[in-house]
Amino acid sequence: MAKRDRLSGNEAVAIALRQINPDVFPAFPITPSTEIPQYFASFAANGQVDTEFIPVESEHSSMSAAIGASAAGARSLTATSSCGLAYMWEELYIAASNRLPLALALVNRALSGPININCDHSDSMGARDSGWIQMYAENNQEAYDNMVQAYRISEHPDVRLPIMICQDGFITSHAVENIELLEDEEVQKFVGEYNPENYLLNPQCPMAVGPYSVTDYYMEAKRNQAEGMRHVSRVVLDVAKEYKKLSGREYGLFEEYRMDDAERAVVMIGSAAGTTKDAIDRLREQGEKVGLIKIRLYRPFPASEIAEALKNVKAVAIMDRAEGYTNHGGPLGADVMAALYRAHADALAVNYIYGLGGRDVRVKDMENVFAALKQMMADGDAGETYRYLGIRE
Amino acid sequence: MAADISKLGVKAGWKDLTEGMMIAGAGTSKEFNTGEWSTDKPEFIEDKCKQCLLCVPVCPDSCIPVEDMKRGVFDYKHCKGCGICVKACPFGAITMEGVK
Repeated sequence: MAKRDRLSGNEAVAIALRQINPDVFPAFPITPSTEIPQYFASFAANGQVDTEFIPVESEHSSMSAAIGASAAGARSLTATSSCGLAYMWEELYIAASNRLPLALALVNRALSGPININCDHSDSMGARDSGWIQMYAENNQEAYDNMVQAYRISEHPDVRLPIMICQDGFITSHAVENIELLEDEEVQKFVGEYNPENYLLNPQCPMAVGPYSVTDYYMEAKRNQAEGMRHVSRVVLDVAKEYKKLSGREYGLFEEYRMDDAERAVVMIGSAAGTTKDAIDRLREQGEKVGLIKIRLYRPFPASEIAEALKNVKAVAIMDRAEGYTNHGGPLGADVMAALYRAHADALAVNYIYGLGGRDVRVKDMENVFAALKQMMADGDAGETYRYLGIRE
Repeated sequence: MAADISKLGVKAGWKDLTEGMMIAGAGTSKEFNTGEWSTDKPEFIEDKCKQCLLCVPVCPDSCIPVEDMKRGVFDYKHCKGCGICVKACPFGAITMEGVK
């Protein structure tokens, strides 16, 4: 039996973690993710979980400890934001290349500078090539549901890669919403026990983790690692199907909102998708054929599926909540445009940088984006493809 | 996980590598034939050898086996051809040959 509750995104993720009852949780606080280990520490102190909670001295250490625990055979995780993620950069690549399943509850926050504690995606976008699976949420319910599904994907024998469960700082992490929780037993049954085939604490078979690879092996090792990533989409869909049976809530690689006959579309990640849906509903009432693709799985990137979903669209705006400083747009823009090019799409495409450092995105802003797409269609030309949304000139 | 590291060599394809390059099992380094990295190879001339064993402790890869206080032929599976043993030998009983 599901139960309704009103929770912030951080509380929702912390409760999912209590229900999962992982083995090891090393953590170092950083706004806005601090509440996740804070709530969890109280669960540990109250004896509600069996987890070894380790307060460490830095994010470099929290990720190192989570990696060590995973290599030892434990189900582990940590949580962080922004500069905390930057400080675990080295370890991110180590976790992925050692094929260690573990989770990172990431609460997206701008990277310095200028120093800022509010939401954008510059932290996780910087880590997009680290070999981690990245999954994003629009709201608290999705953050909870993604966390419950995380270990099933990460620990799958065909995958065995670390997973980043991302939610928007403050907008999702601190806003309280009504959400539906699963029962503790349901979550435990769904997630199951973690039984790795090889692990450091197995006295029957000693092993070495992370041996040096000379030039003769390094490239083959990276190709071997890529094979795990190739299985992720299938596993994500399989796990989502099973999760739907349990929760009634449906998930895919991305969500298509009113895309059936859409001529204009927005592609984006995270909480601003809710605002965009409101804009779409208003415009649809006026008979405008507009829709949204909201990315859930960003790494690996579902390129061909997105190109297929956009095949009848005439103009598309790709929204990046992170700068790429490429002089031609952000990371999501590059990924979607590459997907469209490979699919020989002839849609006009522009890339907006928006919502940096917590800048509000209003329904009116998204209506303006759809109006700009309409103008592009009328002109038959995309114009400047690298734009800033609502910037003061 | 594939634990058979005897398959590892410079010709190994990516599918032959272990997941995450993990190595299962203990004491497996001797199965890894690092001698294939060498470009030079020492030759043991038994007639000139006085069995002083000065060459044995200077070998960085423990590639000079000793049995009954007598050294034997080199372990070419792990010798990198550094040539330190050549310098250590007072009797010219070790020479360096290029790898063919």
